[in-house]
Amino acid sequence: MARGGIIGSLIVSGLAHRFGYQRVLEEIDMQVAAGEAVALVGPSGCGKTTLLNLAAGLLDPWAGCVTCSFGRPAMMFQQPRLLPWRRTRDNIALGLKAAGVARAERHAIAGGLAQRMGLSVDDLDKYPGALSGGMKSRVALARALAVRPDVLFLDEAFSALDIGLKRELYALLAAERAATGCAVLMITHDLMEAMYLADRVLVMSGSPGRIVAEHRIDLPPPARDESWVFSRTAEFVRWPDIRSAFGLPGGGG
Amino acid sequence: MNASTAADTAAAGASGRPGRTRLRDWIGAVGAYLWSGWGPASGILVFAAIWELTAQAVGPLILPTPGEALATLGRLLHDATVREDILITVRRALTGYGLALALGSVAGLLAGLSLTASMLARPIVTLLVGTPPIAWLILALLWFGAGDGTPVFTVFVAAFPIIFVGAMQGARTLDGELKAMARVFRLPPTMTFTDVYLPHVVSYLFPAWITALGTAWKVVVMAELLATTDGIGAALAVTRSHLDTAGSIAWIVALVGSLLAVEYLFLEPVKRRVESWREVASSAA
Repeated sequence: MARGGIIGSLIVSGLAHRFGYQRVLEEIDMQVAAGEAVALVGPSGCGKTTLLNLAAGLLDPWAGCVTCSFGRPAMMFQQPRLLPWRRTRDNIALGLKAAGVARAERHAIAGGLAQRMGLSVDDLDKYPGALSGGMKSRVALARALAVRPDVLFLDEAFSALDIGLKRELYALLAAERAATGCAVLMITHDLMEAMYLADRVLVMSGSPGRIVAEHRIDLPPPARDESWVFSRTAEFVRWPDIRSAFGLPGGGG
Repeated sequence: MNASTAADTAAAGASGRPGRTRLRDWIGAVGAYLWSGWGPASGILVFAAIWELTAQAVGPLILPTPGEALATLGRLLHDATVREDILITVRRALTGYGLALALGSVAGLLAGLSLTASMLARPIVTLLVGTPPIAWLILALLWFGAGDGTPVFTVFVAAFPIIFVGAMQGARTLDGELKAMARVFRLPPTMTFTDVYLPHVVSYLFPAWITALGTAWKVVVMAELLATTDGIGAALAVTRSHLDTAGSIAWIVALVGSLLAVEYLFLEPVKRRVESWREVASSAA
């Protein structure tokens, strides 16, 4: 995988977090190297989203520290979170506008990205209210990629999409990573998604959330076909660590 | 046929950018706006018909017909001092309203951004809204006497809390998810304000501005009726003392007409322009 000369890393050490008296996360140690894709999988309510928000700097940790030396982060959320009062073109170019890129240039970049994401020229002039759910997700991905991120945070970004669109966006993301060497930290409860996209899978269990297992995938993402992902996921689900984290019978926990 | 050409013009306006197209779009938009006036116009005609029937039933001393009222208004408008009275009233109302709009919007936004400030502001706003304008008028008479100050102050005090509450609600209901998005994409504070906060807040501000405008028009006439010797309110006091029903109604028509002019020639077009995204979204859904 091309690293594109990016240097940077995200290091989380001794992290713990609480909401009030409720312990949400405990003893979290993990890191994301430049160009690496790390997936955090775990059951609903295990603190994945909190961990991602801490890593992205949207929350301040209760204890421990998050050191991020990446310079251009971007994020894709579970909902598209587009600005309803901006046209598609300006929504995609939002991060570029924030970075001070001139109007003509950022619109050109937005137009090119929209085309790669499968959006039509007409869609560029529409407001988000006139786009379908799938189109909005494409716009959200284009907005994240527009800033040429060196780290991309994905917060269950594809969980509400149909299976065909998921595959399409996986492929777009994999191609973008191959081209730019962008690191990815993603959270998901969909094990197959992790198998498609990640270089490393961290398994979390809940109350309080902690990382209980790590699994490395050596095959590069473009080489992973459907049958490989199916068999690997099936194999993964049989692990005792995974079974106990997700509360499946036979987990020994 | 009409609808399809309007849609074509709209589509051309969205994609094409040359000046000629833009001018054509503008003319099209003005035409469409005027055309959309047929609905309200029929409402007014129904109202006039009911008025006419009632007037025929009760006789001209109690209620003159709309025709008589308009004729009286036409006669009045030929008189230069009358036109001046109308302009004086409009000026007073707009001065008080303008002050309320500027201060109320800014103060409301600032209060809405802080939870403490909005908690502190709540009882004060209840107090301001609850105090009847007539009470403020008495105080204003004591403070400002019989000049412009009294109606302007009373209008300001009546319109301010309405705008303040609208702005505060707008700022309080800002979407936390969009705020987080703005932080992730590192939007500078000014851009967060113009691109994320302001368009949301405006959708709360406009209804408040329009309500406050109506209030301003009611209150200015009341203040003039009791406190000044010129303006529509003072003229109404004169017609009342002469038992001139047709004259009173003519003045009321002048008053309401000037309110409609300000609202539909100024505020409504601005609102449509600013909120065009909402219309496009709802028509496509």
